[in-house]
Formats: sequence, C-alpha cells, structure tokens
Amino acid sequence: MPLNINGTLLRKQHRNHVTVRDALNQAMDEELERDERVFLMGEEVAQYDGAYKVSRGLWKKYGDKRIIDTPISEMGFAGIAVGAAMAGLRPICEFMTFNFSMQAIDQVINSAAKTYYMSAGLQPVPIVFRGPNGASAGVAAQHSQCFAAWYAHCPGLKVVSPWNSEDAKGLLKSAIRDDNPVVFLENELMYGVPFEMSEDSQSKDFTIPIGKAKIERQGNHVTLVSHSRFVGHCLDAAAVLAKEGIECEVINLRTIRPMDVESIETSVMKTNHLVTVEGGWPQFGVGAEICARVMEGSAFNFLDAPVTRVTGVDIPMPYAKILEDHSLPQVKDIIFSVKKTLNV
Amino acid sequence: MKTMLTVISNALCRITGKNVGARVAVTRNFADFTPQVTFDIKKCDLHRLEAGPPVKAELTREQGLQYYRTMQMVRRVELKADQLYKQKIIRGFCHLYDGQEACAAGIEAAISPSDHLITAYRAHGYTYTRGVSIRQILAELTGRKGGVAKGKGGSMHMYAPHFYGGNGIVGAQVPLGAGIALACQYRGNNQVCVTLYGDGAANQGQLFETFNMAALWKLPCVFICENNKYGMGTAVERAAASTDYYKRGDFIPGLRVDGMDVLSVREATRFAADHCRAGKGPIVMELQTYRYHGHSMSDPGVSYRTREEIQEVRSKSDPISLLRERMLSNNMASAEEFKEMDVEIRKEVDDAAQFATSDPEPPLEDLCNHVFSNNPPLDVRGTHPWSKLKSVS
Repeated sequence: MPLNINGTLLRKQHRNHVTVRDALNQAMDEELERDERVFLMGEEVAQYDGAYKVSRGLWKKYGDKRIIDTPISEMGFAGIAVGAAMAGLRPICEFMTFNFSMQAIDQVINSAAKTYYMSAGLQPVPIVFRGPNGASAGVAAQHSQCFAAWYAHCPGLKVVSPWNSEDAKGLLKSAIRDDNPVVFLENELMYGVPFEMSEDSQSKDFTIPIGKAKIERQGNHVTLVSHSRFVGHCLDAAAVLAKEGIECEVINLRTIRPMDVESIETSVMKTNHLVTVEGGWPQFGVGAEICARVMEGSAFNFLDAPVTRVTGVDIPMPYAKILEDHSLPQVKDIIFSVKKTLNV
Repeated sequence: MKTMLTVISNALCRITGKNVGARVAVTRNFADFTPQVTFDIKKCDLHRLEAGPPVKAELTREQGLQYYRTMQMVRRVELKADQLYKQKIIRGFCHLYDGQEACAAGIEAAISPSDHLITAYRAHGYTYTRGVSIRQILAELTGRKGGVAKGKGGSMHMYAPHFYGGNGIVGAQVPLGAGIALACQYRGNNQVCVTLYGDGAANQGQLFETFNMAALWKLPCVFICENNKYGMGTAVERAAASTDYYKRGDFIPGLRVDGMDVLSVREATRFAADHCRAGKGPIVMELQTYRYHGHSMSDPGVSYRTREEIQEVRSKSDPISLLRERMLSNNMASAEEFKEMDVEIRKEVDDAAQFATSDPEPPLEDLCNHVFSNNPPLDVRGTHPWSKLKSVS
C-alpha cells in the first residue's frame, strides 16, 4: 500500500504517489533536460534501462551521448567521470551498487573529494556518484555493505541518503546542481516503494537542500534519528509506541555529511533522550558520530540517559533469510531500545 | 665584420670592466644567422600504424631559442628546487624532472593552450610549460601563500587552465585524462587531452580499463608514457613483462620516440594529436627519456643504477646540449647568445627563489577554506571541540 509523505498508510484514492525509483528517474530526466553538461554513465544505464530500472527511458530520450553504457571497469569509468567533471561537464556516475565503488574509491576520494582543496579553489569537481547502498534481500555479504560511514569520514565529499520519493527527487536534483562531489546513497529495497509527492515537488525547480535534516514526526519523549530505509522502521516503531503513550520525534537525516547536528540537538533539548537507528555496522558508524557530536555540544546536559545506537549486527551479512532478518534492526529492536533508554 | 666587432667588444669589456661585450657581439646583424634549418630526426618505431611522424623537422631560429629557453628554465628551476630541498626549505615530496626537459618542451610546442594536459607527480616542468610562472611554482614548493595553489597543494598538486596537475596516486591521472578527452569529444571542440604517465604506472590496471574505453569510444586522448627506465628504484626489465610501452595499448596504435630530442618529441606529438583530431581515436606514445636525479629527493639514485650510466646520458644525450649544438653547428645562434640567456635565466630563477623564500606562509585563517566550491560558509571542527573553524569557498 502506498505511504503518504509522513510514512503512514495512504487512503485509497490518493493520486500523486510516486515510487522512489520513478522519483529518481524524474530528477535525472529534469536535470538532463535543464543542463546539457549533465550526463549519466555506468554499467547497464542505457540499453538495459538501468540494472534496477532507475534510468528507464532516459537512453531512448537522450541517446548515446548523454546516457553512456560502460564496460565493467569501475576504477576506469569513475576516473573518466571525474576527469569529465574537471573539464567542466556534470557527470552522474552510477555504481551498480556501492559495494563496487570500492574498486574505484581512490578516484572518489583522492581525485574527486580532495582536489578543490589541494588546488586552493582552482579546480572544482562537480560530480554525483550514485547507486544503491546497504543491504538488499538475500544478496549476502559482498553485496550488502553500507558505505555511509566510509564516505562521510572524508572532507571534500557531501554524502546524501534519501528515504522517501520526495527526498530522492529533491536531493538528487540538488546533488546534480551542486558544484562539489556528492555521494548519493540510494536503497534497493526502497526503489519500488510508492510515496505521496507534494504539490511543490512537481515543479522542475524543486530541490531539497543538502545538509538539512527533516522532522518526519513530532514527539516529546524521545528523539529517533535515522537515514534511508530505517526512517520507515522508526516511524513504524513510533506508531506502536504511541499506543503506549510514548511520543517519538523522528528525524530523517537526509544528509550524512555535512550532518545537521543542530536539528538533532534542538530535538534532544526537548525530549532529553536519543536513539540512533542505522543499517550499517556499529563501529565507527553514523550513530557513533552522532553520539560524539551530541556529547561535545549544547544538548549533552539535556540528556537524561546515554545515547543508544541501534545498528546492523557486527558481522558480514549472511544469506539464509532467518539469519539476514536478524542481522539488521527490526522495528521491535527500536521499540525495545526506546523503552530501555526511557527506562520503562 | 666578425673580427672587428670582437675587437670592439673586447675593448669595451676592458674599459668598463663589465660584460657589455657580449651584448655588442650579439647586436650584430641577425642576417648572419641561419633563419631556418631542416633537421633529420630518428624514425619512430610504430605499432599498428602504416606511417609515422616525418623524419625531418623544421626549426626556425626563434623556435630554437624558445625551446632552449623553456628547457633551460625547467632545468634551472629543478636544480634550484634541489638546492632549496637540501636546505630544508622545501619539504615532503619533490620529484625532479632534469634530464626530461625535451618531453615537456616538445609536447607544448606541438599542442595549443586550448588543448589539455594532465600528468603524474613529476610535474614541475609541465606546470611551467602550461603557463604557471616560476615564482608561483617555487613558492608552492616552499609552501607560501604566493604559490599557485596558495601553499595548499605542494609539489604534486599544481594546476592551471587546461592543466589538471600534478597527481599523486600512480596511474590515477590516466582515467582522468580520458575523461577530459571525453569532455572534448562531448563538446565537439577539436581539442585533445595529452595524458602522461611513467613506465611504473604503465603496469596499473586502471590504464588498461582506460585504454579499452578510450578505444571503444574513440576518445581524443594522446596517452604518453615517459619511460625514464626506472619506476622509483625498479628498472623496467624487473617490472614489466613487456617493456615495449608503445605497444601496451594493444589495439591502440602506438609509436616509440626519442624523448631526448625536442624536435622528435614535437613531431611525434603533432602526429599523435592530428591522429586524435581526425577522429581516429586514442594513440599511445612512448618517450624514451632519462632523469638525472633519483626518483625523489630522498633517493640518491645510485643504488639501482651506476653513476657511469648517468654520466653517459649527460654527456651524450642531454636534451639542452643537443639543441644548442644543433643550433651552433648550423649557425642559427651564437654561443654568446646562449650564454646570455643562461645568465638571464639564472637571474630569473634566483629572483623567483628569493620570492619563494621570503613570501609569507598562508595565513591560518585559510586553513579550512576551499573544501567546497560555490558553497555557503561551513563550520569545520578543529582539533578539539572548542576549536570551531570556518571554511569559505
């Protein structure tokens, strides 16, 4: 069933629901049309319509020059994309999944992220690296890693992680228009999920600013901070907890780097309790960073309990369904963690 | 005519005690010099090419003096950098280019400023030929605010319009160069990208990925391998199963060129660029060259090769000497002219070094700037939570 903009179930006859996949497609289509310097390259993006069909129809509309199928050569084509960006084009470089970006990570970090700084502003690199990140379903250890923490560690990169369709469209348009390297972390399991899109989001100039989180649900008792697919899990947990009188404030980070710590702090100063939720591994992760930032900032004195992190289990992703299900945060894990944090 | 002027110049020298004589001798009638000579140059080894660059190269007096000046300037800048490094005024990495000057000078002579060029870390020569002043180069090496990258980049990270550095990761610049070529093709502007790499980088996987895509898409990319016989301390025979670097592009045509002769380099580069501009796709050029210094300033350069070898190249194949001898033996210029140029160049380099050692270091306020382009100001965490720094574009 389609979800509305707040993640709760939509009433039957609502028009305007768009899947995350289609929202991404719209974003790229609009930006390709708007600026002839924009082009898309990656494996299967053209004639296959995209490995996950995110670029469906684009090759038919824009042709070989703007939608480029590459051989299976991540390091090579990521470098080519970065070089094209240095020469003034605005490439969108797709990794079929971010697991494969490890082949090319030198180009993302050393050639893209650091160059504007090393050149003291002489050489910008306006590039977007996008693709699915994190766990899918049954794809096992080599295809399930979350790279949010790895990329967000590096100055010179912006790291974006949308949750719903509106996020996907607005943030991807912003990423393409940004003059800096942006790592855009999508989620394969979200591609097919429809969401209501607001009136504003129909405009071809609709963008969502990078670096600003969104309060998806207001609440007074505890702050839940998450990104990507687990925002939905947080909203589900919040719905269950509300029945027991616990009102959760759910923050959708939208951007991992630069992180909107201010929104988190403002919320914590209201609720006095913080639980972070992510799909990635716990050590040196997004939740760990949030803990550190909250401790260093103005919100620390407002905490009535230590921050709790809900994360993926600290193991490579197993294959068997029962094992996989228990490798990632479930709604019940979030509910349990909230209650522990609130000491109820 | 000649003898009379020499007599006058000698007399003037004795009277004034200054070397005005040189100037007097030089102001003789330029009609005395040969304005243009056609030289024989070595035939290139070819790979998948029916024909190669011409075996004759025309050189005008003006061109000759210009190439000499360029090469001598690069030579003197590198030697000055050596000196400054030993005085610990330059720190970190410093990879010197002396011996290889004909490559940078010859390539630049064959392309135009609207073409593009990218190289690896032995980049000071190209930084100069692509238009950065020697003041800005030396000041970048000494880490001052007057450096081309404001002291933020150092030896390996200097940039200019249509010059993309200066790249520290071996081989990473090759896909970048093909990407720049893709941009040229995309825009249809008839420009080419010259993408340089060394014999060490020639074994990197990303090169072969790049060759494949460049050939597939017919990118206007001139891949140039500067084979100076050693990848750091490893001789080519110990690193490569095939040292025919001009053939390593496999399905990409290639040519092997005498990299110590600026005219050979120029003709070959022109040939290669024409090939790309004609839409025939990429081409690989191997320049056989030599570096006098070790890999970097921390390498004396004699544990893996003999001093005799270095001396032999210096005496028999020095690119600057080769050009000078050619011009002198064909009466294209006088020895005094060259000497005067040398003096001028030394002075310029000394002045630039003076600037580079006296210019202030970048201000601490600049520490966090230039993280993002075209971005509102950003807060940056310092070394501890109370250190809140600011970054502007």
